[in-house]
Amino acid sequence: MASREVRAIGQAGWGRTLGAAAISLIYFFPVLFIIMTAFKTRSDALAWPIKFIFTPTLSNFISVFFRVTVEGGAAEATGFGLYFFNSLFIGGTSVLLALIIGTSAAYGFSRFPLRGNDTYLFMILTTRMMPPIIAIIPIFVLFNVFGLSGTYIGIIALYTAFNLPFSIWMVKSFFDDLDRDMEDAARMDGSSEWKVFRKICLPQVYAGLAATFVFAVILTWNEFVFALLLTGTQTRTVPVQIVRTIGGALGVDWGLLSALETLFIIPVVLVTFALQNQLLRGVTFGTIRR
Amino acid sequence: MTSLTPVQIPPQTIAAAPSPRRSARGFLGWLMAPERRGPMLVAPAIATLIVVNIFPLLWSYGLSFFSYNAKYINRPPRWIGLDNYVDAFTDPEVWDRFTNTAVIVIGSVAVQLVVGFLLALLFAREFPLRRYLLMLVLAPMMLSLSAVGVFFKLFYEPTLGFIPRIVQTFTGVPFVILDTPTKAIIAIICADAWMWSPFVMLLVLAGLVSVPKYLYEAAEIDRASTWRRFRTITFPYIRSLLLLALLFRTIETFKIFDVPYVLTEGGPGTSTETISVYLFRLAFNYFRTGRASALGYIVLFGVIVLTSLYLYAIQTRRSEAG
Repeated sequence: MASREVRAIGQAGWGRTLGAAAISLIYFFPVLFIIMTAFKTRSDALAWPIKFIFTPTLSNFISVFFRVTVEGGAAEATGFGLYFFNSLFIGGTSVLLALIIGTSAAYGFSRFPLRGNDTYLFMILTTRMMPPIIAIIPIFVLFNVFGLSGTYIGIIALYTAFNLPFSIWMVKSFFDDLDRDMEDAARMDGSSEWKVFRKICLPQVYAGLAATFVFAVILTWNEFVFALLLTGTQTRTVPVQIVRTIGGALGVDWGLLSALETLFIIPVVLVTFALQNQLLRGVTFGTIRR
Repeated sequence: MTSLTPVQIPPQTIAAAPSPRRSARGFLGWLMAPERRGPMLVAPAIATLIVVNIFPLLWSYGLSFFSYNAKYINRPPRWIGLDNYVDAFTDPEVWDRFTNTAVIVIGSVAVQLVVGFLLALLFAREFPLRRYLLMLVLAPMMLSLSAVGVFFKLFYEPTLGFIPRIVQTFTGVPFVILDTPTKAIIAIICADAWMWSPFVMLLVLAGLVSVPKYLYEAAEIDRASTWRRFRTITFPYIRSLLLLALLFRTIETFKIFDVPYVLTEGGPGTSTETISVYLFRLAFNYFRTGRASALGYIVLFGVIVLTSLYLYAIQTRRSEAG
């Protein structure tokens, strides 16, 4: 398989590095600013001009999880531990389900095309491309009727369906890339279809499945509209709580909000780096490979 | 083939040859038959999508012909025929929201294409540390839309945000960004374009590296000018990807919800209320469920058209690439 790195044409020297570094840093500055603010004390955070050199403090991160009560008693836990757990639990479970169902479907679409295969795939992609707000109007009503809103089962079922189109298209693109000769050889030798899938096709797409998993977890981790309308106080995810935090009447606590955002985005930024080679495929739902 | 000497075939190969599987009988055997392999594999996925996606959509299709309020679940819907659709097409409010959305889409996608293209040219060549710098530029694309909304809300904050402060140091007067419709729309475009320009960059980069090297070598021999080389060699290769980027980003930006919802809440007035934000208000603040469903179907139709254009462009590119 050809290298999937973000490839380049020609060579350039350190001069290009300098230019690119300047532009990249400016481009990344909004993220950098938030991360810096997260480590600043309140007065440093509001100082002008922006302080680039300061003594870092972890107090903002502590106050994300623990709030000191007014009476000066013991610190009381904020809900954020729960919200981070919810984001991970809901994301992980729904993506795992979507990936299992999606891999089976992707293998079917790739190896045993149905009549009207492309129509099915198109419809599946459309359920993904449509504005979430359209789907959520009836879902919101149905969830209330069936008592599913605010439950883990409801939101996990919804996110499974939300991740399914993405998983199918992504995993199908990996199956499509495989060289068929080896499978055919195995069939000639009398391997059952299950064995062809399990021993030949699947091992070749493990890396792709891992990339799909991580991508889908990021998408779910970032998702806001469904979570806003369909999670309750116990199942609330991080993005919803962040947006609620800025809505507070007490005025914005910059340090706290930045610390929250930092905890929320740092995993994504790090994972993006690991996924760099699959990024093009991931952001286009597997429709563009190279 | 002259010799007809029988070849010694190992017995297990014969035994395994055509279809030696245990033939299960009954319903299970029927279900597992080779010709039902495809349908069986995709059935769970289709079933999930039907239950969680298609059924609610059909349900809201039904609702779009009724006057219905989701707040009072037990109050029966009242049949009003096509009134919701007629309203959606004639209401100046709806056109106003479509216009807001169109302005944001055109502005933002244009900026994304230009900035993404320039970034791609910058990163087209290999240079030391390229991989790491690329990560800094690609990061915004993977962030949460709502998180980006919060970012920019902080940056635009009139007294303490760094953007008004920078402007103030030059002009000397306080600079409020989100107070007029024009500035608010530009503010949203900036946030969205910042986030998604890397997407265009990624696609253009993919186009740039697909240009065969020998074409440039030939151009070198012919002493073609840089502009000519770009126009006749590079551009044809990135054209299809630029089109894909344009369509994909148009579809995605058309849905824009999180950024205006968090950043401006549709304001000032309703000047930045996009169609998604409007639908949200209609459905969940005013609870005009039937009407929102009808409008939703009109939007869905637009997205279906755009999606099929996008897939058509993908097919064209594949057949071009051979």
